Amino acid sequence: MKLILNGAAIEVEAPPMKRLLDVLREECQLTGTKEGCGEGECGACTVLIDGQPVCACLVPWAHVEGTAVTTIEGLADEHPLPQAFMDQVGAQCGICTPGMILAAVALGPAPSLARIKEGLAGNLCRCTGYEAIYRAIQSVADVRHA
Amino acid sequence: MKAVGHNVKRKDGIGKATGRTKYADDLVFPGMLHGRTIRTTIPSGRIRDIRLEFDTTGFTICDHRDIPGRNVVSLIVDDQPCLVDGLVRHVAEPVVLLAHEDRDKLLAAQVTISYDEEAPLFDPIKSETVLKELLIEKGNLERGFASADVVVEGVYRTGHQEHVYIETNGVIAVPERNGIAVYGSIQCPFYVDRALRVMLGPDRYVRVVQTETGGGFGGKEEYPSMLACHATLLAIKSGRPVKIVYDRVEDMLATTKRHPSIVRHKTGLKKDGRITAMDVEVVIDGGAYVTLSPVVLSRGGIHAAGPYRCANTRIHGRAMFTNTPPNGAFRGFGAPQTQFAMEVHMERIAETLGVDPVKLRERNALRPGDLTATGQKLRDDCSALQVLKEAVKRSGYRRKSKKYKGTNRGIGVALFYHGSGFTGSGELKLASRAAVECTERGVRLLVSSTEIGQGTRTMHAQIVADAMGIPYEQVDVAPIDTTIVPDSGPTVASRTCMVVGRILERAARELKERLNGASPADYFAQKGALRVEKQHEPPDWLKWDDDRYRGDAYVTFAWACDVAEVEMDRDTFEVRPIRITAVQDIGRAIHPALATGQIEGGTGQGVGFALIEQVVMKNGAMANSQLTNYTIPTTLDTPEMDVHLVENPYPEGPFGAKGLGELPIDGPAPAIVNAIRSLGIDVREVPATPELIQSAIGSRSRAEAHHDRLTYGAPVAELHLESS
Repeated sequence: MKLILNGAAIEVEAPPMKRLLDVLREECQLTGTKEGCGEGECGACTVLIDGQPVCACLVPWAHVEGTAVTTIEGLADEHPLPQAFMDQVGAQCGICTPGMILAAVALGPAPSLARIKEGLAGNLCRCTGYEAIYRAIQSVADVRHA
Repeated sequence: MKAVGHNVKRKDGIGKATGRTKYADDLVFPGMLHGRTIRTTIPSGRIRDIRLEFDTTGFTICDHRDIPGRNVVSLIVDDQPCLVDGLVRHVAEPVVLLAHEDRDKLLAAQVTISYDEEAPLFDPIKSETVLKELLIEKGNLERGFASADVVVEGVYRTGHQEHVYIETNGVIAVPERNGIAVYGSIQCPFYVDRALRVMLGPDRYVRVVQTETGGGFGGKEEYPSMLACHATLLAIKSGRPVKIVYDRVEDMLATTKRHPSIVRHKTGLKKDGRITAMDVEVVIDGGAYVTLSPVVLSRGGIHAAGPYRCANTRIHGRAMFTNTPPNGAFRGFGAPQTQFAMEVHMERIAETLGVDPVKLRERNALRPGDLTATGQKLRDDCSALQVLKEAVKRSGYRRKSKKYKGTNRGIGVALFYHGSGFTGSGELKLASRAAVECTERGVRLLVSSTEIGQGTRTMHAQIVADAMGIPYEQVDVAPIDTTIVPDSGPTVASRTCMVVGRILERAARELKERLNGASPADYFAQKGALRVEKQHEPPDWLKWDDDRYRGDAYVTFAWACDVAEVEMDRDTFEVRPIRITAVQDIGRAIHPALATGQIEGGTGQGVGFALIEQVVMKNGAMANSQLTNYTIPTTLDTPEMDVHLVENPYPEGPFGAKGLGELPIDGPAPAIVNAIRSLGIDVREVPATPELIQSAIGSRSRAEAHHDRLTYGAPVAELHLESS
């Protein structure tokens, strides 16, 4: 099956009903996508399919044929969000962080606080109470505006 | 530049945010099998028969007969089996372990257990089996009540709470030498190390390595020992690495939760609000094995009188057996339960006496020189009054109390404190050790305190850097491996900074002295390795009587005040928290951004505990063991937070620091419930779900119909005017 994974055209064989989450983690060895609940509630496995955030635990492999999938590994090294998450303590234990960052990427540049809260409502974090996550995202938005 | 007090770059590296950091489930070992646990489905009885209804080719199968040493998960009282041997005490007890290299085959394997069932016991009040009992007595209770003008009584309840670390429990056991190496998501590597040695028997090699851990909150304090024993049994029998990672349902069904509590208060007061007597009865539901219940009860009991002065106090606590999975460590460790009761009771006292709730707290708050319920004399770093006044001011409490009258908005306050480090003689018995050593780069620190998101590595490195007088960048942190690091005790009890940080500070100062002016890297290059290891030394004034619960329960306390503002939907009875002001004295913030993160995160968990997190138990098992119907706060459920740090240093903490991790979860639940009470709704229980609020409003309407002169919140049966 063919798709664009993190910007590169690839072909991967896997059972069509296998969860995208498992194919990414096992066949593609991209373990930055984490499993938190396996039922689409926590958002830890958030990836982007054609730019839209989805829970990879709910998506069968066959569903992503011909799409562009972005995982946390596909974010450019110079992308400002990962460093902002560490500096602002938007990541504590870090297990929700890859999914959280991809959900934040999907918000586009300089989102309002209300938009951030709405856009991240499907991503659970048990460590931060979210405040530092808002600060991290806003610090990047601020940089872009400056 | 000094590191302490500054938001230096964290030692975690960028990997957590780029997906490169490996957690337990990300690790793969050659030839690795996957493990699975077959569990009981009844709460009480005996196993009659176990049938393996699958083709066992390629499977490794273990039961209790495969245990080479003792069949216990060693902790305080060795009563919990590693694998059930006949007797069933709760649902989800482990019975049989399976391993296979193909996960689909593993999950398809059918095992049927038949039982002789016995009548289970679920109500801790009806239970006759006491796991632990304590009595704290001070002054003369009878005399205290005799001198009271008013007596106010009440009963307060809190429910189970599930940790919901986003990374579920998981370990990999790898055969090594004549024993085992266990890699896993764990808070307390030496607890696991010890449990493995007891289960394996003498002369076996044991090594425990902490993998990056995706949240703990107490939930990875004791259960990883069980899990590590299971993976180890399968690995030793198969001779291959075995990974067991629970899915969310299994994690919620089988692992520990916060102890539910029932706390009864009877308080004698002067008309002006001065407390003359406090009689407190604490019951917590321990579940089916002792695990950590004795120490949870200890902390809960000691904190049960709140941050208040009272000459005549009696606190009686009991942890009771029930046929439910054992309840265990959860951030706060008993104190959130008992301080919820105290603070909601204080609000009811204010309502009953018609006094201002802030003034009532001011009048009774502990001051330096006062004695706590255990007779501990408080030192200069007691800042109850300071945090109360600051929180009231910052939040605009007085202005908003008036403004919100008659609206659907409410505001409530909670004053609380949290003892730092192990209770009583605990730290003395632990005798924790920590070390620093010269390396070619500078200095490496060695502790068994785990990084579970709270910033252990960074904060410890800051302390060592400043104690040595070297740049923070030259300090490295050793990997957590029980064959490399000394045992600095478990990562619990708000002790990692104050206790372990202090040992590191002393070790670092001694290393500096021994370097005699040389830089650590130069010394290493010229003379080779130099290592200083120190042991914890409790202050010489610390006195504690374990039998009578008298003396210095903690070396110091952290103090805090939360003010919560809520909005209630008058149609659905849903309460939305709008804003929480949290003013917290933590002695000294080593890394202010990490410290603030602890307070915001703990406050967020407290909001969930207060309003939405409800464990539904059916026949002794969690019926809603999924994130679909056990919900934790999302971005939209979490209020805006205004965190303000107060730094009133504890002279014997590293750079003045006290314990921080648990303090923030003690306050949100009572502050939120008191905000709901300000709307005239008599809630005395959490979670304060819409159903609970609806029934409280319903009972008010009935009460108003019959006694329309009564102020709500002071039911006549519980208010005794003993003299005028």
